[in-house]
Amino acid sequence: MAGTRAETIAAKGLGFQYAGSPSKALDDINIAIGQGEFLLLTGPSGCGKTTLCRCLNGLIPNFHPGEMSGELLVDGISVAAETTSELSRKVGYVFQNPENQLFALTVEKDVAFGPENLGLTREEIRDRVDWAMGATGTVALKDLAPYELSGGQQQRVALAGVLAMKPSVIVLDEPTSFLDPRTAEEVMGAVDNLRRENGITVIVVEHRLDLVGRYAERIVVMDHGRIVADGKVEDVLDAEFDRLSGLGIGLPKVSLLWSLLKRDGLVSERLPTHVESAVKMLSERLRN
Amino acid sequence: MKIDSGDFLAIMGENGAGKTTLAKQLNGLLKPSLGKVTVDGDDTTKKSVAQLSRRVGIVFQNPDHLLFSETVKEEVGFALKNFGFEPDVVVKQVERTLEALDLAHYADTSPFLLSGGERKRVALAAVLAWEPDYLVLDEPTIGQDYQQKERLRNFILQLNSQGKAVVMVTHDVEFVAECNPKVVLMSKGRIVAQGQADEILSDDDLIQKASLVKPQMAKLFSQLGEFGLPRDVVDVHRAKMLLEEKLSEVKIRVAQSS
Repeated sequence: MAGTRAETIAAKGLGFQYAGSPSKALDDINIAIGQGEFLLLTGPSGCGKTTLCRCLNGLIPNFHPGEMSGELLVDGISVAAETTSELSRKVGYVFQNPENQLFALTVEKDVAFGPENLGLTREEIRDRVDWAMGATGTVALKDLAPYELSGGQQQRVALAGVLAMKPSVIVLDEPTSFLDPRTAEEVMGAVDNLRRENGITVIVVEHRLDLVGRYAERIVVMDHGRIVADGKVEDVLDAEFDRLSGLGIGLPKVSLLWSLLKRDGLVSERLPTHVESAVKMLSERLRN
Repeated sequence: MKIDSGDFLAIMGENGAGKTTLAKQLNGLLKPSLGKVTVDGDDTTKKSVAQLSRRVGIVFQNPDHLLFSETVKEEVGFALKNFGFEPDVVVKQVERTLEALDLAHYADTSPFLLSGGERKRVALAAVLAWEPDYLVLDEPTIGQDYQQKERLRNFILQLNSQGKAVVMVTHDVEFVAECNPKVVLMSKGRIVAQGQADEILSDDDLIQKASLVKPQMAKLFSQLGEFGLPRDVVDVHRAKMLLEEKLSEVKIRVAQSS
């Protein structure tokens, strides 16, 4: 699927071992991610997914020492040869814990920090801040201090700060964990709109497939530093369900239900990934 | 609201609804400006946080607010020492707790070298170690994979059976659906509903009010009413039982008619 679009990210034989760690965190990673793709990156705790994301904006190897091998290109530029500050223009990173990236005295100043450091004009900074706060629903919070916000509000502000940099890739590390379910859907919907309207490549790291599965076109599953599955969400879920559940990935409950009914020989179709398709398939059977 | 020993309670509601503020009232970290909170009959305004914490243990949403020791072992033993337990009791309790939370192999590791999900479990262990009668967990499932969640669920049920009360603040509707605890639903600083999870999580109005979404099973069963299936199904286990029965009936009907 990446073949039809320009490649934003290309890894060939990428490996990484943290200094002092006995084993490789990444081992022979080969992947091409196209511009405007929405990719769900998942796998059990410690599988290497966060390490892979840290490579994308140069946090590895610049801030986390260790040994890197193979090749990783972002927008055609080799990550190993570039500074993190330069890569940050291309790759925006929303960390798991939003507190780790908010520091200014007000929300508005926090969102403006990135663009101010790019040396843009006042008007351009103003435009970007307004746009980013609008897209994340944080306008009403603009004069509050980040520490006054709830976890979910902080997460949206962190996202706004990253958007204001107009990156070509956004990495979101478990973006929905601090959000109430409706806000989580809103944020994911907003991210998906940005992808559609601006062609931003979106990489979401998540344990829970139910929230992200409907937006993601592609799922990449990692285990022990390697990519063990890569494809369309429906295809991978259907073909690898038992394996994924063995890895501790939070599979959509409708898929789980279907796999149990299938085991009993009561249904035969492919596993549904959304409630809507499960409703349709069950209704057809029950109408008989 | 009232929490009894052996209760399992989930506090749910939108971001900023007041869930964490309510949780912090339970061990006196926050004192009421109006009204009254009592723990085993003691007014929280008349007791110190240290005194109340012995009975009410709170595990914060962000483990980094709690962790500071050099090793996981020291972290988990810290409060026990402060509460004046004998050294051999401290060692035994630490071992037991680390074992129960699958952390024994990290005993001598710095908590700060662990992943987010693992740090979260260390924070939980640090509180569980002194066996408070009331355990308050703020968003315990964040960063936990499915197997860890299952482990957490069994652990909570075990604590319940020992007569301990567990209160969790959570957004994780699917986790609540599988556990089926009592739910206290909050919105804009007020409690708007209380009831069993399957009742609350299948109620469209309440879900809307508290900015939640229905668990997938509730969404599914809300659209299967025409086949005589109940609407208040929230967990996969019950869903499977009901559908097995219905689908088997269909199978027999089809077999008979052909």
